[in-house]
Amino acid sequence: MRIREPFKLVAVGTIWFWLITFALLPNLLVIIAGFLERGSDEFVTFAFTLDSYRRLLDPLYLGVLLNSLYLAAVTTVLCLLLGFPFAYLLTRLPTRWRPLLLLLVIIPFWTSSLVRTYAMVIILQTNGLLNQLLLELGLIAEPLELLYTGPAVIAGMLYTLLPFMILPLYAALEKLDRRLIEAARDLGAGRVTIFLRIVVPLTLPGIIAGCMLTFLPGLGMFYVADLLGGAKALLVGNLIRDQFLSARDWPFGAATSVMLTVLMGLLLWAYYLSSRRASRGALP
Amino acid sequence: MSEFVIELRNVSKVYGANTVLRNVNLQVQAGEFLTLLGPSGCGKTTILRLLAGFEKADGGEIFISGQDMRTLPPEERHVNTVFQSYALFPHLTVFENVAFGPRLKSIRGDALRERVMDALRMVKLEEFASRKPGQLSGGQQQRVAIARAVVNRPRVLLLDEPLSALDYKLRKAMQLELKQLQRRLGITFIFVTHDQEEALSMSDRVAVMNTGRIEQFGTPRQIYESPENLFVACFVGEINNLSGRVVAATPPRYDIRLHDRVVNLKSKFTFAVGDHVNVLIRPEDLRIWREHEGSDEERATLFPAAVEEVVYKGSTVDLVIRLDSGDLLSTTQFFNEDDRAIMNLDFGVGERLFVDWVHDWETILPHED
Repeated sequence: MRIREPFKLVAVGTIWFWLITFALLPNLLVIIAGFLERGSDEFVTFAFTLDSYRRLLDPLYLGVLLNSLYLAAVTTVLCLLLGFPFAYLLTRLPTRWRPLLLLLVIIPFWTSSLVRTYAMVIILQTNGLLNQLLLELGLIAEPLELLYTGPAVIAGMLYTLLPFMILPLYAALEKLDRRLIEAARDLGAGRVTIFLRIVVPLTLPGIIAGCMLTFLPGLGMFYVADLLGGAKALLVGNLIRDQFLSARDWPFGAATSVMLTVLMGLLLWAYYLSSRRASRGALP
Repeated sequence: MSEFVIELRNVSKVYGANTVLRNVNLQVQAGEFLTLLGPSGCGKTTILRLLAGFEKADGGEIFISGQDMRTLPPEERHVNTVFQSYALFPHLTVFENVAFGPRLKSIRGDALRERVMDALRMVKLEEFASRKPGQLSGGQQQRVAIARAVVNRPRVLLLDEPLSALDYKLRKAMQLELKQLQRRLGITFIFVTHDQEEALSMSDRVAVMNTGRIEQFGTPRQIYESPENLFVACFVGEINNLSGRVVAATPPRYDIRLHDRVVNLKSKFTFAVGDHVNVLIRPEDLRIWREHEGSDEERATLFPAAVEEVVYKGSTVDLVIRLDSGDLLSTTQFFNEDDRAIMNLDFGVGERLFVDWVHDWETILPHED
């Protein structure tokens, strides 16, 4: 083991260095910045104040938060409604088809989601691909107003976040013992009963994980609403970005960011509690 | 209509290029304990899955209580299955597992409670009602699976190798419990196993299966004592196989030459002079004579042999002996104080002895390769 000692030191050291430099310090700076005053020449002046957090309680910003929560929630529900049947069908396919379809789910990750969102702009704009296709087919007489609408934002979010829902659901459904479904049928259960009483409870950890993985990023995702929604509705993500880049109010931006982090932390904690409860009853 | 609880007529089943059932016919009477016995891959589990409705037959008809099963899905059949893996719902308590079926029949409240607890009491698990399956031992899970099935009062209970995951002692105990349970409930049991001892000790009738066919269907005694073919003879219990040739035929008796001896034996099959036959003798039917026993006259009809192996088994001593003609035979000798011949069973390897058997306890079958 002596030979291994330098390696261990380097490996652990690198991780510590990485976490401290790129996670702990920036977060500390953000937390500190949130308690400072806005400066006229510099970004911040070193004077302690709770002003930034007080401003957060303004109904205007509460509305921004609710807006973000609403959008993230709608996206998550739609992802679940689309992702569950997809993941379920995936597990029912012959084993040789599954890797291919999973690959198709993953391939979009190879392109930056920002680029993909721009691609959606091209598809959705007034003289974009979708409108041209519909005009060509004679289904509509004049181009539809698709871009810069609520549905466009949701479609964009859905497109970006759906894989995060499908993958954990697939993992959970894959593990589901098919014999349990047979047993339920044997005892007289129809499809609905089997789904509600066997499939959903047994894949609940996967469902919750998928919801977390779509809801949390959905809360902070600002560029989709910007590009596809025309920045009409202000979201938490946009608010933070604007405070840092346009308004140059770093303390307020930092405070908003801390609030978002705390909110996400609470949700993750709730997830941890629920998954622990779910695993307690499972077979060893 | 048929008077049978279960009737299979010319049922066949094909998976791709694999024929797993070939024209199977089977009739099961009400209240019968029937065992499907065979090596893995013989199609016994497929029959169970066809009866439960998880598979569709590719040919033939299946009737349960006279009702054609072809279009009936599993959830509408009056049969329940005890799965090999138990398939208990891990997220539900023992009580909820057992209550699953009755709840679907809209049984609620006190009636539900009473029925579920009755079933749990029957398998002696009433104190475990609030546990999750993961907190139970293998034997207890097995019992929950049985309770979960019988609580629905099915006409037929299908059991797919339900004891194969249990250790020897527990398996023995469960065999007895299952048999008693079946008598008490009066439900028809269709039991699938590859364990011939299990099949013989539990069943009213046994269907011995091989490569998608039923080789023999009869009582355990018929199966063991008069196997109809070489597969059944060899699969069920241990048996010695001597090949011989018919030298004189006066049906039903035949003179059969076994190496240098000719024996006169009875068979339900008809043979002609010159036919090759298999003479099958169970190890416990062979009689051992030690060198100093018997008169010369008696010895003329015995087969000389030498001991190859002695296996002490507690209640018996098993000998592997080689006849001078070259055949290997296994014999089982019981400790028996009245038997002057083998009063003490300390045989030595290489010891010379003589062997014969009680004539007419053997089975003679046409020669098969």
